Amino acid sequence: MTVVTGVTCPVCGTFCDDIELVVKDNVITDVRNACAMGAAKFLNYSTHRNLRPLVRKNGELVEASIDEAVKRAAEILVDATYPILYGWSNTSCEAIRVGVELTEEVGGVIDNTSTVCHGPSVLSIQDVGIASCTLGQLRHRADLIFYWASNPWSAHPRHIERYTMFSEGRFQKSAWRGYLSRLGGIMSRKRLRRAANLVLRRDVFATPEVERRLPYSMFQKKRKMVVVDVRNTRTAEAADYFLQVEPNKDYELLQAFRMLIRDEELDVSEVAGVPVEILEEVADVMVGCELGILFFGVGLTMSEGKLRNVDAALNLTRDLNSHTKFLIMPMRGHFNVTGADVVFAWQTGYPYAIDFSHGYPRYNPGETSVIDILCRDEADASLIIASDPVAHFPQKAAQNLVKKPLIAIDPEVTPTTLMADVVFPSAFVGIEAHGTAYRMDHVPLPLKKIVEPPKTCLPDTEILQRILHKVRKLRREQN
Amino acid sequence: MDIAIKDGKIVEKVDEKKAEVVDASRMIVMPGGVDIHCHIAGAEVNSGRILRPEDHFKDVEAKTALTRSGVGYSIPSTFTTGYRYSRMGYTTVMNPSMPPLEARHTHEELDDTPMVDKATYPLLGDWWFVLEHLRDGLLEECAAHVAWMMSATKGYAIKIVNPGGLEAWGFGRNVKNLDDPVRYFNITPREILRGLCRVNKLLNMPHTIHVHTNNLGQPGNYLTTLETMKCVEDLAEEGHPAIHITHCQFSAFKGSDWGTMSSGAEEIAKYVNHHSHVTLDMGQVIFTDTTTMTADGPFQYGLYQLSGNKWVNHDVETETSAGIVPFRYKRKSAVHATQWSIALELALLIKDPWKIYMTTDHPNGGPFTAYPHIIAWLMSGVARKKTMSKISKRARRKSLLPSIARELGFYEIAIVTRAGQAKALGLKQKGHLGVGADADVAVYDINPELVDPSKKYKTARRAFKRAAYTIKGGEIVVKDGQIVRPVFGKTFWVDVKTSLPIEVNDDIKRKFREYWTVEYENYPIPDRFLHVPAPIPVKAEV
Ligand code: SF4
Ligand SMILES: [Zn+2]
Repeated sequence: MTVVTGVTCPVCGTFCDDIELVVKDNVITDVRNACAMGAAKFLNYSTHRNLRPLVRKNGELVEASIDEAVKRAAEILVDATYPILYGWSNTSCEAIRVGVELTEEVGGVIDNTSTVCHGPSVLSIQDVGIASCTLGQLRHRADLIFYWASNPWSAHPRHIERYTMFSEGRFQKSAWRGYLSRLGGIMSRKRLRRAANLVLRRDVFATPEVERRLPYSMFQKKRKMVVVDVRNTRTAEAADYFLQVEPNKDYELLQAFRMLIRDEELDVSEVAGVPVEILEEVADVMVGCELGILFFGVGLTMSEGKLRNVDAALNLTRDLNSHTKFLIMPMRGHFNVTGADVVFAWQTGYPYAIDFSHGYPRYNPGETSVIDILCRDEADASLIIASDPVAHFPQKAAQNLVKKPLIAIDPEVTPTTLMADVVFPSAFVGIEAHGTAYRMDHVPLPLKKIVEPPKTCLPDTEILQRILHKVRKLRREQN
Repeated sequence: MDIAIKDGKIVEKVDEKKAEVVDASRMIVMPGGVDIHCHIAGAEVNSGRILRPEDHFKDVEAKTALTRSGVGYSIPSTFTTGYRYSRMGYTTVMNPSMPPLEARHTHEELDDTPMVDKATYPLLGDWWFVLEHLRDGLLEECAAHVAWMMSATKGYAIKIVNPGGLEAWGFGRNVKNLDDPVRYFNITPREILRGLCRVNKLLNMPHTIHVHTNNLGQPGNYLTTLETMKCVEDLAEEGHPAIHITHCQFSAFKGSDWGTMSSGAEEIAKYVNHHSHVTLDMGQVIFTDTTTMTADGPFQYGLYQLSGNKWVNHDVETETSAGIVPFRYKRKSAVHATQWSIALELALLIKDPWKIYMTTDHPNGGPFTAYPHIIAWLMSGVARKKTMSKISKRARRKSLLPSIARELGFYEIAIVTRAGQAKALGLKQKGHLGVGADADVAVYDINPELVDPSKKYKTARRAFKRAAYTIKGGEIVVKDGQIVRPVFGKTFWVDVKTSLPIEVNDDIKRKFREYWTVEYENYPIPDRFLHVPAPIPVKAEV
């Protein structure tokens, strides 16, 4: 039995690097420090996996040797005139580097999952810029934390504990205690309500008065957390204040804040369902903080007005910097989606949706992004790595994807691998293969190899390299 | 004269019958170019790429049988960066600004930058360990930590940017002058500079401290620069430089506001001419659209407010900050044109070419691909006059250039573009063609005996744009301005051996956990992470 320390968790963008694993006979038997999501990954990762490469023959996926699969994959890519190579957010930067080279070689399009989550954020950043930081900066200094349209309690479970409210910094202390007492309050209110309902047989707290003041804790000189969301969440319950915004009204709310911090009057009584008095007080808290941070989630980038929303959020934080320090960060989901953007950019100049069909990198999201290409039915083959577009893409895009030859590289069995023509079962990067990945704040960290993969499961990097080699060989033979 | 090359080195002689011969008669042969300061890789450069698709659209490089594709202009992709340097005869480039926490990123990019040898400087002037140890007078402990950091980040030199100002920027503030204490840390910029200058000496680092001054980009800052140079005067050993002031142009402004801004080059040059402990690089401004990026968060914020352009800020916990603002230098702007003039004034008024080197602080003053233009301005009064005739009238009236007759010769150009830079960096095997030197050679198709560059500056400019040959490590990698053989360069880093290296115990691990959001064991980069690591062993005095 050995204990491996300082392991990074290849699950969400929080990318914790303090995981401890107990390993016995090449099996992970215990996980320390991880959240339930992370622990489940380390303990159960290999339950649904392919063990051998598969190649479709006469409509059936049949087991094949790695060489055979490599050959078939290379043939597909060489025969294609406009292949797409998609995924990349759940693999290592080393694999992504080979991926870009392969795409360039076959004159295809490379794209990552940003295209379906934070793509609009990238476009907005290209419009106005972004004032951001690494997460430790917030742990040490942030006294006002906004989670806007994101629910870290479920999607990034250790984010709050490691980097924001409940983390202990040099200049800001953990707000854990305040939360406990508030939690006590919530629980007792819930208990009271249950009791009252039983006794009075009606819902006493059903329609509470709309509060016209912020709670007292928002005016204290200590760390505060505000959640803005369309619905109440676990994160919202933990917050000092929960601002419930009407669906698809984020833009109005953000713009209202911008006006308020510029000292402009709002001549309405409420915005997006929130009384203006409250907004004024929140704006005062923003302006008066030492260092504020606004984390925003896919709720903002994928709701109505995508681009406009993020633009407004970026502008809001930018404006706030003439009063105090205020930063902003997208809550990236996959553990290495940031790395995919980063590697694409240093090799090609662009973060996603890159088209090599002219021999040089071209970028025009909306035209060169895979979903648009698929919807126009222009791709004639595809390679999907560590992603499941068959399950997650819009129906039309998914249909066009599976119509054409499809190569899938994935450690797991997914709808995409089931529909593919060539399947490479790969090693789980961060568990069975090492590499590098970027945390949501661009901090690069090592992915570790903890256990040996099954012999037939190669690391992504190696699979891609073999395909690239074979592609070059076939092309030389053709000429 | 023949130059013999074998196994990547310059040697006494080789067997002429077996050797491949490069005929460089009627051409200029120089050591490969060395760039002491250019932002080509890492977090801030890459954020610049992501920020500016419009920068890349019109300048693309297609894939060839030998080379990777990419994009160019002010923030080229990594492969393109390597090829473009190589085509100009450069073989060594230094990336000056690396947030230690993100060192892996810088090295991943440097590994994807082909054709050149490279190194990178970790930003240490606002690192909490440095601030605390220097405040407490613990010089040797500070040195031990800096030594650890060089090895952990695979770094080459101590980079200091706006000392104290970056920590203050964590809360949106700045420091005003060398004696303005940093809030919460009770240490002044002067103490940081002096402390790290002494640490640098204790560690026997090959290069000096590499300093971006306080108040950079502010009118009147030439006084801060003079103060900065003076503040380490007594720490220098006779004849040895103790400080490098980088992109000095940006720190040589006179005046009390933008309306009265003028050149402080004369005063700075005067000081430098009378002292031997300072080296500088120019930070030449080019009239073009470019991307500014520095670790100087407050400066970048100021630039954003001034220009209204898009703005990226990236503060790094416990260490540093960074900012990016796209910027266009306009001929007709009095301020920009004065900046253009200042850098040239510095290069021409400082008499000893071994003290000032040619840079644009790429991409801050303009892209490195503009170097041939700077060479033309340095070599030719006519070239300067021609540009002068097109700039803002106010700037022209105030410029010192018309009063400067000096024109650099080819020999001096070789110093300011390679020999001087290599010497300042302590890269003994670079910047010359003596026996034992690395076989990094640039051949330019211009006959110094026939061409007078002060008149035929365009011919010179053309020659320096496309090397006739670039030889890297003994291999011909460029011919007639075309890549003929792609190669990987080495990554130098300084492996300082101290007698009492910091002990990695539970205490230090806990401290790491308190200061950063990563574990101690995930911080250092292993040697094997680099594609071609080239550690330079150095024995420290502590
Ligand atoms: S928060 Fe995310 S990275 Fe951290 S342990 Fe949980 S799943 Fe893993
Ligand atoms: Zn610089």
